[in-house]
This record gives sequence, structure tokens and C-alpha cells, in this order.
Amino acid sequence: MHEKTPLFHITKRGALPWYRAWMIRAIGIIAALILCALVTTVLTGVNPLQVYVTIFKGSFASARRFWDMLQKLSILLCVSLAVTPAFRMRFWNIGGEGQVLIGGLATAACMILLGGKLPNWALILLMIASSIVAGAIWGGIPAIFKAKWNTNETLFTLMMNYVAIQLVRYFSVVWESPKGSGTIGMINQATQAGWLPEIGNKYLLKILVVAVLTVGVYVYLNYSKHGYEIAVVGESERTARYVGIKVEKVIVRTMLLSGAICGIAGLLLVGGTDHTLTDTIAGGRGFTAVMVSWLAKFNPIWMILTSFLLVFLDKGASEISAMFSLNQSFSDILTGIILFFIIGCEFFINYQIQFRKSGKEEQ
Amino acid sequence: MEKKTPAVKMRNITKRFGSILANDKCWLDIYRGEILALLGENGSGKTTLMNMLSGIYFPDEGEISIDGKPVVIRSPKDAFDLGIGMIHQHFKLVDVLTATENIVLGLDGKLDLKEAAKKIREICDTYGFEVDPDQKIYDMSVSQKQTVEIIKVLYRGADILILDEPTAVLTPQETDKLFAVLRNMRNDDKAIVIITHKMHEVEALSDRVAVLRHGQFIGDMLTKDTDAQEMTNMMVGRPVTLNIDRPEPKNPKPRIEVKGLTVRSMDGILKLDDVSFTANSGEILGIAGISGCGQKELLEAIAGLQPTEGGSITYIEDDGTREELLGKDPLSIAEMGVTLSFVPEDRLGMGLVGNMDLSDNMMLRSFRRGRGIFTDRRSPKKLAETVVQELEVNTPGVSTPVRRLSGGNVQKVLVGREISAAPTVLLTAYAVRGLDINSSYMIYDLINRQKAEGVAVIYVGEDLDVLLELADRILVLCGGKVSGIVPGRGATKRDVGMMMTKMGGNQANA
Amino acid sequence: MFDILSFLPRAVMQGIPLLLGSTGETLTEKSGNLNLGIPGIMYVGGICGVIGSFLYEQKVPAEAMNGFVAVLIPVVCCLVGSLLMGLLYCFLTVTLRANQNVTGLAMTTFGVGFGNFFGGSLIKLFDSDVPSIVLSNTNRYFAASLPFAENMGAVGKVFFSYGWLAYTAVIIALVASWVLNRTRTGLHLRAVGENPQTADAAGINVVKYKYMATCIGSMIAGLGGLYYVMDYAAGIWSNDAFGDRGWLAIALVIFTLWKPNVGILSSFLFGGLYILHQYIPSGMNLAVKELYKMIPYVVTIIVLIITSMRNKRENQPPASLGLPYFREER
Repeated sequence: MHEKTPLFHITKRGALPWYRAWMIRAIGIIAALILCALVTTVLTGVNPLQVYVTIFKGSFASARRFWDMLQKLSILLCVSLAVTPAFRMRFWNIGGEGQVLIGGLATAACMILLGGKLPNWALILLMIASSIVAGAIWGGIPAIFKAKWNTNETLFTLMMNYVAIQLVRYFSVVWESPKGSGTIGMINQATQAGWLPEIGNKYLLKILVVAVLTVGVYVYLNYSKHGYEIAVVGESERTARYVGIKVEKVIVRTMLLSGAICGIAGLLLVGGTDHTLTDTIAGGRGFTAVMVSWLAKFNPIWMILTSFLLVFLDKGASEISAMFSLNQSFSDILTGIILFFIIGCEFFINYQIQFRKSGKEEQ
Repeated sequence: MEKKTPAVKMRNITKRFGSILANDKCWLDIYRGEILALLGENGSGKTTLMNMLSGIYFPDEGEISIDGKPVVIRSPKDAFDLGIGMIHQHFKLVDVLTATENIVLGLDGKLDLKEAAKKIREICDTYGFEVDPDQKIYDMSVSQKQTVEIIKVLYRGADILILDEPTAVLTPQETDKLFAVLRNMRNDDKAIVIITHKMHEVEALSDRVAVLRHGQFIGDMLTKDTDAQEMTNMMVGRPVTLNIDRPEPKNPKPRIEVKGLTVRSMDGILKLDDVSFTANSGEILGIAGISGCGQKELLEAIAGLQPTEGGSITYIEDDGTREELLGKDPLSIAEMGVTLSFVPEDRLGMGLVGNMDLSDNMMLRSFRRGRGIFTDRRSPKKLAETVVQELEVNTPGVSTPVRRLSGGNVQKVLVGREISAAPTVLLTAYAVRGLDINSSYMIYDLINRQKAEGVAVIYVGEDLDVLLELADRILVLCGGKVSGIVPGRGATKRDVGMMMTKMGGNQANA
Repeated sequence: MFDILSFLPRAVMQGIPLLLGSTGETLTEKSGNLNLGIPGIMYVGGICGVIGSFLYEQKVPAEAMNGFVAVLIPVVCCLVGSLLMGLLYCFLTVTLRANQNVTGLAMTTFGVGFGNFFGGSLIKLFDSDVPSIVLSNTNRYFAASLPFAENMGAVGKVFFSYGWLAYTAVIIALVASWVLNRTRTGLHLRAVGENPQTADAAGINVVKYKYMATCIGSMIAGLGGLYYVMDYAAGIWSNDAFGDRGWLAIALVIFTLWKPNVGILSSFLFGGLYILHQYIPSGMNLAVKELYKMIPYVVTIIVLIITSMRNKRENQPPASLGLPYFREER
């Protein structure tokens, strides 16, 4: 036993003032951006400053890009808003992907089966209703089993994603157009039946819908009785039962809401943006949303920032890969690097490293 | 005896948890061939100090030497290598493993469970333990688990043993058996530390006693040279009298009538067996019993949190109207107009939400009030401010998360909220556990005030001395059965103690 | 007609990546780490092997290739790549105590992106003149079956027709099972996953065990990606071809109730379910095939539900799964 006294050890911090916490996060993001530039430079040989300029161009080079960035941001934010109530309840809903797809499937079904048979306003109302219901069902199924038998929701919702993907693939063949393509193609291209109307330009409607949702979810979580119940259930189910909150009901209700908002994201994608349905329409947003929400500490307002960060990077990286004809997946690598840094820097917010005060000599 | 080198010498040990100073320049000497009682109130830093000796925590400052040689204990492994073994209050056992697997956990060399089981049986034979080496921990009773813990330490050949409040979960018979084993070990020249705050155990068992207060070392002396009063004074820091006010109940009327209540746990074990009693308004009904004898289930059944198998719980209003509480959840009980307050044993896991601040915790009971979908945040905040002021809660403000408060302040917040609802029935479980003397008296006082206002108080306690001074009647539980109800005035500790164990002593372990 | 003789070997080959992935994830979860980065790690394992082989095949003409080196290079590259991913996961979740779910998902985003990026850009990055990544020479060494398999008819086809990595996968699963249940290391690992406080108090180095189990688990899972591309896919890398097998491997861990030996047959079963749609006659109705592909996921959901309903003590996930451990937590 003649080892040296350990040089340092780790202790939990008291509460940090919010500005110091955000300063640490800012340092993390800056460090990550530096590493991202280095990686890009190594792969492309371009100088690091040029990398930043290119990334910046991805979102801001033209008005169209800027609007497109805002649209992407809103869709990602929409899915993130959807999963957030569940996370506040410590219900790990990583099935956003499937819930979005099912919402999109319901929308597409309405458009294909009823397009032209109903007045357009009735069709759109029906699309809204069916996408919400479909998403809610998809979110509600795992919730019922979680509430009743405590079935692991992480894995359940994950598997539901793939069931949804296969359902979409099935209907892609059933509704294929043209025949034999195995894809649905542009729905109602001639009549534009069921296409969501445009306000101002083709982006604004979606952005406004999501803006309203953001405020709505924020208020719901922070000021409503339901929001309070969600917080209590998330912190301690026993406390919730003790004050008479019906935990099962809250779990199912919250997941219905979670799924419903995902359904809306599906509606916006199919009815508003793509006007078609493919199995990749959600584009991994169900998973990215988990990170957006977590990085923002499950706060809908901060989530605007975190989803901006990820969309901005994604578009910037696409720009870089287009410029150097590299693969599109380059953005996933940059996103990964940023995420690792932000995830890692939380440690320095919650813990501190203490060096031993008295450098006493052994022996 | 005093000339010997101490087996363990701790000097100037300081340990902080965030802003809380758990140990402040603490000293301690432990000798071989001696049983040392480490005495102190809850929160005085006894367990933290011993955890640093057993490598669970690492001291911020200070030195430790073993047999005169300075050492650094960075991990439990280091501690084992120095012959230090600790039996924690919360058992460190893996539920899904067998006794043998738990005992050999952490050792080196080839895994030979058969050989290990043989050695365990030898240890059992030597000391008279009864443990099946192949039994899974989750099938074991509390005292069996403790036995496994002790065997684990002996199996490793530890000669410095630390036991953290080992008797809290034992029946008197099991305690006697444990003490006999400890005396054997002392005669074997082992150094033994027992952490406790029970005076009679100190007197019955120890050779020497060391007292901590507020994380500081107050002093040590031979047990035979001191007495309970002196030790209490050292613990508390000033002379105290154990006098709790007990006014006569005013106009008691039956309020809660429990008949034939039977409760089975999830694993099918009978937790309450045909329990019947009446709790009166304006009276404190104490519930005594060894821990795990159904106290928790009883309170939770009345509060509507525990599924029951049979019986009835009737609430009787002042005008004699009777209403059945059984089968209702807390929400429907509240909707019936019955104001039932409950201070549960697990404060931060059940009564409060640790990560929420004081006002949000006040809201737990009131958030449904008012129409509309939004919560009213103003009145809970006001209530929080009132509670902080009236109960002298030591907190930076009402927007501090309650988990950052000390145990006594947490309890004040909880009790403050529960009595603010002006209840007609108040259920409390271990209301003063972990509290310092001052806070404890404040809680007793609050409970007495509720009694004076005509509330039916049901008080589950573990300290018989307190129960005997506070309660008007004492219901004694044993293995889920009522072994008797005695008046608080005139009952003796011996009588109640006998009733706690007289029947179904084995069931208590089941 | 249902051709069982061609179905079985293909089911096994489908099952091998799942088996490696789930064995790796089981070891990881036994230490209390729920590594949702496994899909990403399997991609990284695959692409690192591909990069190694690609460079080797580019440098050395087919005739001059040494079988041993041709196998060694991708295996080492794969192991190093997935080890680094495992280390990253551990550093974030164990040392920095980050949330395991978020870290895992970030690793999967990163890993899949890493795989597809290099898969799609490798040729350009090294200014090579080949049109696509086809490592058929390396594939020969990975897919070589036992010499006597062809002479043994049906038995040979079902039992001996696989490449060496397939048998290695089975051996790894058996060894993992033995280590977990019969050795001191396994006992300690189980204790760490069940109750790290207890393990720590017993003198077990919790951090070390978590790192070891997770890193070894990652390397095993990485081999799953390597097997897929080098053997199953005949050395051809195409982006996203590996698909959702990583998630299926995680599902398999639950299906097997955290038992690697049970994983052997279960993974073949899952492999069979995965390709069942190709063997069930559906006539002209292509859409129905898509519904058959749903079966493995639905089966996993059902198993998940049944185990949670039965709630048997031994069949539950490690008790501390997903939770970070900090000794001085209060």
C-alpha cells in the first residue's frame, strides 16, 4: 500500500448559474466546430476557414436556401416537440420515425382514395384528422403496454418503427404509380387535391403551424395541469400515485399526444412538402429529435436553437459534399461530432474535478 | 490497554458533499480486542467517516494510518487488503445471485463455488449462523441477508469490522445472537466498530465509545466510565431532557375504524393479517413493531395506495356518517371530502419530488384546484413561503429543489404541506427518522397541535421511548398481526418490546 | 414450393451478423450499458474492414494475395474501428456519465454516416479507377467453406457450407455464455450490471468492467458488420445495404433473455424470418412480401410483451441497465 494519493477526484457540483452552464456548452460547440473543420480539411484539402464559409452558405447563400432551412428546421422541431412530453415523463419514445410515417401514410391514403371525390377543404380536414389519429394510435400502443405491464418502451417504440416502414412499403406497392415502379409517385399531381394551401410562399404555412405548436407545447408542459402531472410521473411514479395521479392514464394520454404531433409532422411532409409517400420520408428525424430534445433539456424554446444547429450543420455539410462530390452522409459525421461534444460537456456542468488541496508527502 | 498502537488512526478527516460538510477535521482511534461504539445523531457523519475507512468515499483532506503505517484507501479493494470490512446499513448484495456468489464477489482466483460453499458452511458452524449458500438473495429475509453480509466479511479474513446500525432491522433475539458473535470476535482480537444511536446497545456491548456531532469528533472514553446522560449530552451538545408533551385527548370520537384488514404483497406474502382497530379524533395512536411488520402496508391501505385482500376501513364523520375508504384511490378519497394527510416514510421518493422546488412540491396536493386546464402557481408559492417561515425551514429560497435541503428541512416541508390542508386524519411514518433533536421536537410539537385540533393522528415510530411518551394509545404489530393495543400512559418499554416479538416472530422475517 | 434445403443455409447466413451483434450487445448490457450505438458500430466495423481490404486489393494483384494477410487486414481494421467506437461510448457514458440513450443514438447516426460516407467516397478519396467497391478476392478467403462440405450432400450444405467467421460467431457466443455463467469475471460482470454499488463495495473495479465489456462487445458486434459485407454480401459494399440489422440484433438480446447461447438458434430463427418472404409463394402479389418482412419485428414485440407480463426475476434486464454509476452519489 504505497501508492500515491490520487491527484484528483470527481465530485458533484451544486447548481451552476445558467449563463455559466451555457458558456460551457458554447465552448463545447466551438471545440466541436474546430474538429469538424479539421476533419473536413483532412478529407478535402480545403482550408478550414473556407469550410465555415461553405457551411454557412448552405443555409444562407440565397433566400430559397434560407426558407428551405427554416422548413427543414420546422419539421425537425415538430418531431422534437412530439417526443418531448414523453421524455419529460421519462418515457423513451424513440418511435418518432414510425409515428411520422404512419401519419404520412394516413394522409396519403386520404389523398389517394378520396382525392377528387370530396371538396378540397373537406379532404384536408379529413387528412388532418386521420394523420393525428394514426400517429396517436402508433404512439398509444406501446404506452398501453408500458402502463399495464411496464413493457420496455425504448425497444417497443423502436420495433414499431419497422412495422410502420413495412406498412408503408406494402402500400407503396399497392398504390404504385406508374405500375411496376413500386413507388407512389406524386399524388394528385394534376388536381393538386389534398395539397396543403400555400400562404405567401410554399414554406410559410408549415413554419407557422410549427411555431404555433412550439408555443402550445411549451405552455402545455409548463403551465397546464397535464404538464404538471407529466413532470411528477417522470420524477417519481410513487409520488404521483401518492397524490392520486393515475399514472397509467397519464402515460397513455401523453403518448397519444406525442404520437398525434408526430402524425402532424407526417401530414406536413406528405400533404405540404413532398406530395408523395416513401419509407424514408421521415429521414431519421425520429432519432435526431431525441437528441434535439435532450440537448435542449426538454425545453421547447431551447429546442428551436438545437434543431437550428443540427439543420444548419446538415445543410452546410451537404454543401461541402456537393462541392467536393463527396457522399451525402458526410453531414452525419459532422452531426455526430457535434453531438459527442455537447453530450460530453454536460459532464462539466454537473460535476467538477477537484484537485487534492494539501499535497502531503507519503511516508 | 491504552498503551497499544491503535489498529486504525484517522486524523483531520474532512469530507464535503457539495456545500454540505459531512466530516470536519474528524479524529478517530480504533483498537484491536475492543468493541468501539461510534455514537452520534443521524446526520452527524458517522456513516460517512466509516465509508471513508472502507473505501466507498475518498476524504477531501486528512490522513489514515493502519497499525501505525500511513495508508491511502482509494477503493473498497484497498480496504479489504488492509483487513477492513464494513457491513452497510443498506445491504450491498446482488439480489439475483446466490449467497455464495455474493460472498465470493470481488475475490481473485479461479471460481470454485463448491469449495466456497464448503468454507461458508464452516464459518456458519463456527458462529452458529444459519444460511443456505445456494439460496438466492431475493428469497431471503432481512436478518438472513445481514448474516450473509457478516459471513462475507469474515470469509475475507477481515480483522477490522465496521457495522452500520446492524440492529435496526433485527428482533431482540436476533440482536442478542449478533452481540454474542461480536463478543466472540472481540475475544479473537479483532477490532470492531458498531455505529449506533441507541444508548442501551452502547452500554450492553461496547468497551469504548466515541461521539461525533455535526461531523466533528467530540471525544471518546471507556464505556464503563460514562453513562447514558453524559453520552446524550455529548451527542446533542447541551443537556437535554427527553420530555415530550402529552396533553389529554379532548373529546375523542371514533374517526377511522379498521376491521379485519388483510393485505398480501406482490410476492404473495401476507403483510397484514386480520388487523382491526379504531383511531379516535383528538388522539395519537402510536404503531409499534419491528420494521417490516406491516406498518407501511397499514398506512398505505388507509391512504388508498395499497391493494387489499379483505376487511374494511370506515371513515366516521363527526355527525356519525360512515363511509367506506377501502378500494378507493387517493383521488376519490379526496373527492369524498375526506381530508387525509399522509407523511410517508420515503420522503423524497414518495412524499416529495426531489428535483422540484418548494413551491412546486406544495402544488402536489393542490394542483387540481380551480377550473380550467392551467395550474395556479401563486397560492402554492405563498404556502411555501408560509411553511418556510413558520417551520423555520433552512433554505436559500422557495425555488430551491428540495433534494438540496438537509433531511430535517425536507421533513419540515413535507409535514408543513400535509398539515396545511387542515386534515381530519394524519398518518405519519417514521416522522423524525434522520432528524436532529431540535427538528424532532418541532415535529412532535406540530403533531401535538394537530391532535389538539381534533385530528386523528396515526403515528408509526421506531423509537419506543418516543412512542411511550407521545402516543395516547399504542398498537403493537407483529408479523402483520395486532398483538395488542395498550394505553401510552403507564405502558413500559419491556411490555411493548415483548409484544413486538411475542407471536409470529418468525413471520416477521418471512 | 418451400425449398427448405436452400432456406436453412440462407437463414443461418442471415442470422450470423445478428448473432455477433446480439452477443456483443448482451455482454455490453450485462455491464449495465444499454448501447443503442450497436447499429452504428456494426457499420463502422464493416466499413473499416472494407477500407483495409480495399487498400490491400488495390496494392496487391489478386495472384499475389496472401490468404492469411487478406483476412488479417480487414479483421484487424474492423476490430480497431469498433473498439474505438466502444471506447468513445464508454468515455461518454461511463467516464463523463452522459445519458446512454442519447449517446447511443448519436453513435448510430455517426456510425451509419461514417459507413455510408466512406462507402460512397472511398473510390474518390483514393483516386481509384474502379467503378464500385467489390472485394471479390477477399471474399474468397472469407467465404471459403470446409473442403468436405460439398461431398456431404444436405448435411454438408446445412452444417458445413459457411465461411470461417460464421463458425467463429457460434464459438464466440458459446464462450461468452461460459464466461458469463462459469467464471469469476462473468460473476463480477453480472454484479456490475445488476448493482454497481454492491460490486464496488466488494472491491470490483466497476469502471474497468464496464469499459472491458462494452469494448469487447463492440468488437464482437463490429465483426457482425464485417461478416455481412465480406461473406454474406460477397465482398460488395453498397450503402445502406446492411439496413436495420443492428436494431434487430438489439431486439434479439431481449428475445434471448440476455443469454448468448440461446442467441445462436434464435439468431438463425430471426435470420429465417428475415428472408421468409422470399420463400413463401405469393404469386404476383409483391405487396404481400412487404408484410412478411414485418414478422421479425412483430415477433420481437410479442416476446417483449410476454416477458414483461410474466415478470420472472431471472428473465429481467440487468437491474442497473441504462443508469450511470457514480460512487459518491448522494
